[in-house]
Amino acid sequence: MLDTAQAVRRVPGRTSSGPARPARRRPRLGPYLLILPTLVTIGVLLIWPVIQIAQMSFQKVGLRQLRGEPAENVGFDNYRQILGDSFFWTTVRHTVLFAAAAVTLTLLVGTLVGLLLNQLGRRMSSFVAGGVLVAWATPPVTGAVIFSWLFGTTGGLVGWLLDLLPNWLVGGGWQNYNWFSSPLPDYTVLTVLVVWTSFPFIAVSVLAGLRTVPSELYEAARVDGSSAWNTFWRITFPLLRPMFSVVLVLSIIWDFRVFTQLFILSGLANSDSFNLSLYGYSTAFGSLNAKYGLGSAIAMVLTVMVLAVTAVYTRIMVRQQGVA
Amino acid sequence: MRTRRLRRIALNTAGIAVFAVSAFPVFWMISTAFKPNQEIFSSTPHPVPFHPTLHNFDYVLNGGIAGVSFWHYFVNSLILATGTVVVSGLLALLAATAVARFRFRFRTTFLILLLVVQMVPCEALVIPMFIDLKHLGLLNSLIGLTAIYVGFALPFGIWMLRGFVAAVPKELEDAAAIDGAGPVRVFFRILLPLVAPGLVATSIFSFITAWNELIFAYTFLKDQDKATLPIMLQFFFGRSGNDWGPIMAASTLLTLPVIGFFLLVQRRMVSGLVAGAVKG
Repeated sequence: MLDTAQAVRRVPGRTSSGPARPARRRPRLGPYLLILPTLVTIGVLLIWPVIQIAQMSFQKVGLRQLRGEPAENVGFDNYRQILGDSFFWTTVRHTVLFAAAAVTLTLLVGTLVGLLLNQLGRRMSSFVAGGVLVAWATPPVTGAVIFSWLFGTTGGLVGWLLDLLPNWLVGGGWQNYNWFSSPLPDYTVLTVLVVWTSFPFIAVSVLAGLRTVPSELYEAARVDGSSAWNTFWRITFPLLRPMFSVVLVLSIIWDFRVFTQLFILSGLANSDSFNLSLYGYSTAFGSLNAKYGLGSAIAMVLTVMVLAVTAVYTRIMVRQQGVA
Repeated sequence: MRTRRLRRIALNTAGIAVFAVSAFPVFWMISTAFKPNQEIFSSTPHPVPFHPTLHNFDYVLNGGIAGVSFWHYFVNSLILATGTVVVSGLLALLAATAVARFRFRFRTTFLILLLVVQMVPCEALVIPMFIDLKHLGLLNSLIGLTAIYVGFALPFGIWMLRGFVAAVPKELEDAAAIDGAGPVRVFFRILLPLVAPGLVATSIFSFITAWNELIFAYTFLKDQDKATLPIMLQFFFGRSGNDWGPIMAASTLLTLPVIGFFLLVQRRMVSGLVAGAVKG
């Protein structure tokens, strides 16, 4: 990993920050031709659809428009409708609260595991990292299906385990408890699932970062009798701060966008548990009366939220990595 | 000395606990897949099957889900993933060469563009893409979907590959050029072989992106015979919610190739996302 990190830093421009070297024999069109296919692909597949959502969010688009009839402009009607709807705000609250909980827990667990991996012996460390990577590599679809089974009502392992615990602690009747019937238990399962899939990325990033901290710093801290807690906050965290800010921002973006797992865990039928992305999707595709315009307005709100956070990510990356 | 040993034991115990918790859901999936029904629904679950059976796998592989054989879904997924790998690999290699080898106007803009479009919530794009593909008559087509997956895999692929291209010493190319090799020859003879490991890593990433994707496939491919493995799993799960044996067998078949590939490339994934942020 370090070799790539160094390689990335060796990118031209970082080392030769002056103007472009003039004496190149290659045609000046070269680089533009090389990025042209990518630009076309990104333009058509990612940027054009974003423009379209923005446009459709001001229109009434339904099944008729699928047959080719022109869409009717309705101005801010779609936005007025969703912003005045308390259900929309419920989905916003779900999105934000879930992201807050999942991001906090993911960073906490990931950092602790990263620190642990760094303390373990070489062989033990790769063994544990192997298990951690299995969690990371599991496709979202299967992860969600496995967690539905773990939290299932008949034969589900979690209910069985909770019933083994004393009743005064956790109550009883867990084996028949339906985890997928209301938002709170739904999002509890979703949070556990998302933390389980996302903490490995943080752990591996923290580990990679720790490997770059000069060991003299830790020796000095030890000689001075610094506690583990102080060492982390005084040495590790400040040095790894850039890495932490990147993974924090990435986690926020990913958790705002969570879709597949919730789609499988609670589904389109369970509208009480919708978040923004599921609400937008279901408005457009969930019923026979397709409301693509209204769905676009909801999707637009999510896109703006995500892009606002992305702006922070881009700033950090540009500053640190020197893409310029 | 004593406290040091105690510390080691405590750390190793914590390590084993982390391993167990991380790997457990996947272990439970595989274990359930090999259990007969009475063990799956037993009132006291056991970690490993007492009487391991291939019945669930047999049901998935030969029984046919919704009247279509597992292999049919498998082939569809494979076609999509392979198409995505080939096209996005080619485009990423060209673009990565441009940003790693040339200084040109808008280079920074291009790199920032890649960072930003990577983060666009795809779930939001499904609506306009559905309408566009409908108008183009590509709604039920694997080609339309492959194009979309290329769009998703490409930005990160370039970001990942540019490090590999930049790592190839430029002197090698210059030397070849002085010896009279044209740019095309330099590309195929010098750059391509040296970047091959990076291309493999990027390809695996694109493969996983396409292999795992559910929402676009689910929304666009409404014909059963076009469906992919994730759709198969979702459908299977939605229809027979409690038939855990076969569902876990199907999940296992979907997951194992991904885990295998993933273990090969995980290092590159991290470096692609946070590289410069980890100060050396």
